[in-house]
Amino acid sequence: MPATPAVEVLDLVKTYGAKRAVDGLSLTAPAGSVTAVLGPNGAGKTTTVEVCEGYRTGDSGTVRVLGLDPRRDRRALSSRVGVMLQAGGAYPAARADELLRHVASLYADPVRPDELLERLGLQAVASTAVRRLSGGQQQRLALAMAVVGRPELLFLDEPTAGLDPQARLATWELVQELRAQGVSIVLTTHAMDEAERLADHVVVVDRGQVVAAGSPTELTRNGSEGLIRFRAVPGLPVDDLARALTTQTTIEEVAPGTYLLHGQVDPQLLASVTSWCAGRGVLVEDLRVEQRSLEDVFLSLTGRELRT
Amino acid sequence: MSAPAPLARMVRSQARFELRLALRNGEQLLLMLVIPIGLLLLLSQVEVVDIGTTHRIDFVTPGVLSLAVLSTAFTSLAIATGFERRYGALKRLGATPLPRSGLLAGKALAVLTVEAAQFALIGGLAAALGWSPHGLWPAAVALAVLATIAFVSLGLLMAGTMRAEATLAGANLLFLVLLLSSGISFPLSRLPSGVEHAARLLPSTALTDGLRAVLQDGDAVPLRCWLVLVVWALAGVLAAARWFRWD
Repeated sequence: MPATPAVEVLDLVKTYGAKRAVDGLSLTAPAGSVTAVLGPNGAGKTTTVEVCEGYRTGDSGTVRVLGLDPRRDRRALSSRVGVMLQAGGAYPAARADELLRHVASLYADPVRPDELLERLGLQAVASTAVRRLSGGQQQRLALAMAVVGRPELLFLDEPTAGLDPQARLATWELVQELRAQGVSIVLTTHAMDEAERLADHVVVVDRGQVVAAGSPTELTRNGSEGLIRFRAVPGLPVDDLARALTTQTTIEEVAPGTYLLHGQVDPQLLASVTSWCAGRGVLVEDLRVEQRSLEDVFLSLTGRELRT
Repeated sequence: MSAPAPLARMVRSQARFELRLALRNGEQLLLMLVIPIGLLLLLSQVEVVDIGTTHRIDFVTPGVLSLAVLSTAFTSLAIATGFERRYGALKRLGATPLPRSGLLAGKALAVLTVEAAQFALIGGLAAALGWSPHGLWPAAVALAVLATIAFVSLGLLMAGTMRAEATLAGANLLFLVLLLSSGISFPLSRLPSGVEHAARLLPSTALTDGLRAVLQDGDAVPLRCWLVLVVWALAGVLAAARWFRWD
């Protein structure tokens, strides 16, 4: 018998006024693995997660968390699910250790608060008021509060947004360790490298819907046989370049001055690209034959224009 | 794998946590201790207003005890809870095993603890200034607890429906209005009669009148005081349960 998924969302719809924040979204987060919900700002990630956490109810659709209804069975779930909110969620006047100890006292068998403080590099600021902690320290305290009750399932809403590289690494290591202990983790992020590094499953969400789902490898394999990335001056006429090349290729400027070329990569193609550029007096820099990154997948799925 | 702590332990922990935060907060200490004690000293020692009695301290102390309940159970609680809600602290606690009733019980327990300390401090100081209350303390305590339920629910209603800044302003303004219109600092009979009758319907007036009847005059609590407090407490609890928003 297959294990109950940690989270199962089916056809979830949630509207705020005229805006459909979540528009028929379905996803499954298997037990014991890390699922990353990836998407641009305003894609509906936080709304979806907050429905799973029991904070909101969807207009329609079904949501099962550890096989239970997140709203109706909230009491039963509360000790089994750990939550890290995107922002806030702390008492500004409380000391870091005081707040963590208090949250720990609400569980029968919590992790020792001191252990977590040390683990997350917070022991030096343990007696500092929450409002005096840096943004990164507050994030780590929120993470400590989410894991202190030994949850079976952990929701992390943008856990590393605004963290410095060291704090980010400490967070990643903790997530990987929890996963190794069998904890199911659902995290939202718009950091591709985070999803690529941590997730067993990636669900790409845009405009309230799932636009792609799979393992990072599955998502990036598509088209990986032929990919050239290079940098040059922005605004090259990529259609001209595509016509100049003999093999079937597609070329996009994925960021100003960064070009991605998909096709049958061979020495002839490389030579053609550089000579076409040379013919226009354009210096090609940083030319690499590589795999698609999750970022490329993400941008090609969700488009490049800025979201409000 | 993971289980909640027993409810009683959660409530005690929440109350301890609330208490520690309250005692660390300068504005709350000002409301809970400095203002009532200052008022006790001022009104008992200086003839600011004519209160129509020679033994001033016997009139002033019940009023100041009433003020202490008002400031702790209503003003302080409303302001603190308003900001906890604004900072997402209540929302976050909602994801822990602490049930909502447990959070409210923890807050109420913290409020009652502070009030006990206020009564001991104010009562002791007043006794040193010559206060000799009459008996019937059980009635006084029952009044204070009933008024606390009314004030806590009204404070939470404010904090749970309005923006934190509006709660801050509103709770302070109401504190001032109630201080002046509840017979705390001078007899209500000095107000115009229409205002006086309206003021008698306020929970803070019912508490003050009731405490004074018991502690100053040694009488039974007037039925009117019980009625007014019960109605406010019921209405407050129902309204807070209906409209309080956690995020």
